[in-house]
Amino acid sequence: MSWESVIGLEVHVQLSTRSKIFSGSATAFGAEPNTQANAVDIALPGVLPVMNREAAVMAVKFGLAVNATVNQRSVFARKNYFYPDLPKGYQISQYEIPIVGPGYLDIEVDGEILRVGITRAHLEEDAGKSLHEDFHGMTGIDLNRAGTPLLEVVSEPDMRSAAQAVAYLRKMHTLVRYLGICDGNMQEGSFRCDANVSVRRAGDDRLGTRTELKNINSFRFVEKAINFEIERQVEVIEGGGSVVQETRLYDPDRDETRSMRGKEQAHDYRYFPDPDLPPLVIDDDFVEASRRAMPELPDAKRRRFVESYGLREADADMLVTDRPVADYFEAVCAATAADARTAANWVNGDVAAALNRDGIDMTAIPVPAEHVGRLLDRIADGTISGKIAKDVFSTMWSSGDDPDSIIESRGLKQISDAGAIEQIVDAVLADSAAQVEQYRAGNQKVVGFLVGQVMKRSEGKANPKQVNEILRRKLDA
Amino acid sequence: MPHRHSLTELAAMLRAREISAVELLDHFLARIEAAGELNAFITVDAEGARAQARAADDMLAGDDPPPLAGVPIAHKDIFCTRGLKTSCGSRILDNFIAPYDATVVERLAAAGAVTLGKTNMDEFAMGSSNETSWYGPVKNPWDAARVPGGSSGGSAAAVAARLVPGATGTDTGGSIRQPAAFCALTGLKPSYGRVSRYGIVAFASSLDQAGPLAQSAADAALLLDAMAGFDSRDSTSLENQLPPTRASLEDGLRGLRIGLPKEFFDAGVDATVAAAVEAAVAALCKLGATTVEVSLPNMAAGIPCYYVIAPAEASSNLARFDGVRYGYRCDDPVDLADLYERSRAEGFGAEVKRRIMIGTYALSSGYYDAYYLKAQKIRRLIASDFDTAFEQCDIVLGPTTPTTAFALGEKTDDPVSMYLNDIYTNTVNLAGLPGVSLPVGFDAAGLPIGMQLIGPYLGEARLLNVAHRYQGVTDYHRQLPGMFA
Repeated sequence: MSWESVIGLEVHVQLSTRSKIFSGSATAFGAEPNTQANAVDIALPGVLPVMNREAAVMAVKFGLAVNATVNQRSVFARKNYFYPDLPKGYQISQYEIPIVGPGYLDIEVDGEILRVGITRAHLEEDAGKSLHEDFHGMTGIDLNRAGTPLLEVVSEPDMRSAAQAVAYLRKMHTLVRYLGICDGNMQEGSFRCDANVSVRRAGDDRLGTRTELKNINSFRFVEKAINFEIERQVEVIEGGGSVVQETRLYDPDRDETRSMRGKEQAHDYRYFPDPDLPPLVIDDDFVEASRRAMPELPDAKRRRFVESYGLREADADMLVTDRPVADYFEAVCAATAADARTAANWVNGDVAAALNRDGIDMTAIPVPAEHVGRLLDRIADGTISGKIAKDVFSTMWSSGDDPDSIIESRGLKQISDAGAIEQIVDAVLADSAAQVEQYRAGNQKVVGFLVGQVMKRSEGKANPKQVNEILRRKLDA
Repeated sequence: MPHRHSLTELAAMLRAREISAVELLDHFLARIEAAGELNAFITVDAEGARAQARAADDMLAGDDPPPLAGVPIAHKDIFCTRGLKTSCGSRILDNFIAPYDATVVERLAAAGAVTLGKTNMDEFAMGSSNETSWYGPVKNPWDAARVPGGSSGGSAAAVAARLVPGATGTDTGGSIRQPAAFCALTGLKPSYGRVSRYGIVAFASSLDQAGPLAQSAADAALLLDAMAGFDSRDSTSLENQLPPTRASLEDGLRGLRIGLPKEFFDAGVDATVAAAVEAAVAALCKLGATTVEVSLPNMAAGIPCYYVIAPAEASSNLARFDGVRYGYRCDDPVDLADLYERSRAEGFGAEVKRRIMIGTYALSSGYYDAYYLKAQKIRRLIASDFDTAFEQCDIVLGPTTPTTAFALGEKTDDPVSMYLNDIYTNTVNLAGLPGVSLPVGFDAAGLPIGMQLIGPYLGEARLLNVAHRYQGVTDYHRQLPGMFA
């Protein structure tokens, strides 16, 4: 019996506004508990919410980026429930009329394009945090996060595998960072996701009973949790049971999902339009202004990189995942006469490896793109070899110096003087009578050994191309 | 005796330096002290008021003092006041001291007014008799066995007994106009959005408006002009700049078309009340007005509509009182549910709990369409009834309440009969319109009778103008209860 899984995702995108969605408090992460919570955030009696228009601008940009309808009039609603980190006893969200209507995102998995429908995206405020440790059996409340703007993006149940879900999530992650509306930091909770998962027999049109998975806040956990859940549901059904609609929590330590809340314990949120906030009106001018302020999006950028720089698809893909990386690549290209493919190889190769090794992202890179550009020029004009260039780059990284002064001060300039190379080649040949014999007996492989010897003797500085030529000429003479 | 003067007169006397702000303050503080049995105040801030009065005297000694410099006022205890208890008439906020001033408080202070204290009120403004207050009922200065009306009963009693020349109130379904009617005052409920709600403990956000409880239309105009105006902290606040209502008080009434809704004069209204209102209409006609019969066909649906919408909003607005961050917390909660349940069970009174339950029910899944959504549709019908009426007339006129003040305890066991007190007032809140109640006579027992004028949206200036001209030819508004003369 073959099974098909059906997956939909709800992604919470924390919008990177400077102040909260309904108050003037700052949104910066990591401040002392309750130092970024004003009278509105802690819900003192008599306070009122005032919409931060910047959040609406960001939501509109998102809507445009996913080819969605932007609703000219959307309505804030109250979602009522009691919890200590929810100061008002309700969360201001959007319910019947969200700011962003239906749209889609195209993803690519195993060379196939899949269009994932986006049902809606709505604005809402985040809750505070409950801290259960360090309070001797009591619970601490930190309201710094209360009122932070979120855009909740709900997808259609269009994905059929955990891999597709992850691809969708990655694409969304790239997109929101491109738009500059979210820092994408998953550890800090700036980009969070819940998954709705169900299974059905292949060919069945009806949807199976779904469960909602929470606490899957990394790409890896999303994949593992969904796969676990698919297997669990199939086992339940094949064992003669039926899947229960419920919310399940993923436990990454045990790699399993556990029931958290059943349907009968589901809240009745008593949504109703928030009388403190007039409908959010977005006119055409506002949408047009947002459209003009849109950056080039990843798909368009990838196409351009392939078409105007002549990059391979895979290289372009890697470069555009992170907008600062793509920008860096373009800055390198602008600073060098070397070809763009070489620049792409460097950015995706040595540069990416160094960032990865040091655990920093592109925005914190210690080497200016102009320096990398000049380094590539020095390879192209034969001043240094590719191999030496790696050493130079390593010094550029640690010192911040430009490549020319490193090459100069460390005397790394390539030896391209034919006379000087001939001297070294002659010396090597004189010391390698056995290898020369083998060559003349027809063994071509020893050329590599001899080149290595020449390079070694020149401390890597001899121009490898010239070494090859001179060596062969002398051997064949 | 300073208390025999209106607020407008006192403001002028202060400017003329005929009396000092401190002298005036002491006079009213002594009257508050002597009238303790009215239970009109929850908090009297003699010390804070004295500091404000001294500052006012300094301003009065200088050039161009602000309009209310040195005038004592009181705030309903629903307005947040920095450093002074704001209880909202509830045990759950008995220990609450706000770290900020409501916009209304801030504006009146900026106009030079001196805050004497905070007045008693129905708990969370839910009541029409001031009997639901955690601090006990307020007595009507005209008859201590009767209610002053509610929910702004403390403010009404305080002004009626001239414990203070003017006070603020809030009106969600009649809470300024009904006590004004019961206490022979002029009370104005402004158009929704004209006065900022920032810092007013919310009851029903789409209906709440703050306004003055005053001795006369002129006093009300002076107070309103100081209170009103756009406030960026309230998203429902109106951005329009409007001329002060004071400027048009003396305008003539010739050509004024008064609409008399037949539904306001049916069998439900007490005959004495109806007769006094009719006499007032005759007086207005002498001043040049004409009358036309109009109809508000959906008026009867006002009470059920109001008692779905207001409790629904209240059930959500009052969720923040959970014993977690401020306010009353029960002793020794065993867990979170216990903390919530007992803090709220012990902190809220019966009427508040009743309305939270009604509102929670009306918003519940499966009932929302039948109650909340339907009430919103009725609300639109009620508003459109008024629109239609205003095609034929400039103001709508009728009694403020069906009867004069009832006895303490008379309706406490019968919530529906209590709710029916607001039958003429709450449709005005549902439609977002301005309404003013003014005294138009006394019944055989000597109890005040109130008449309500309702205007189109932002028609406050015209309402106060009509009330002022009426008060120019009558003296009901100048009467004082015998004990407080």
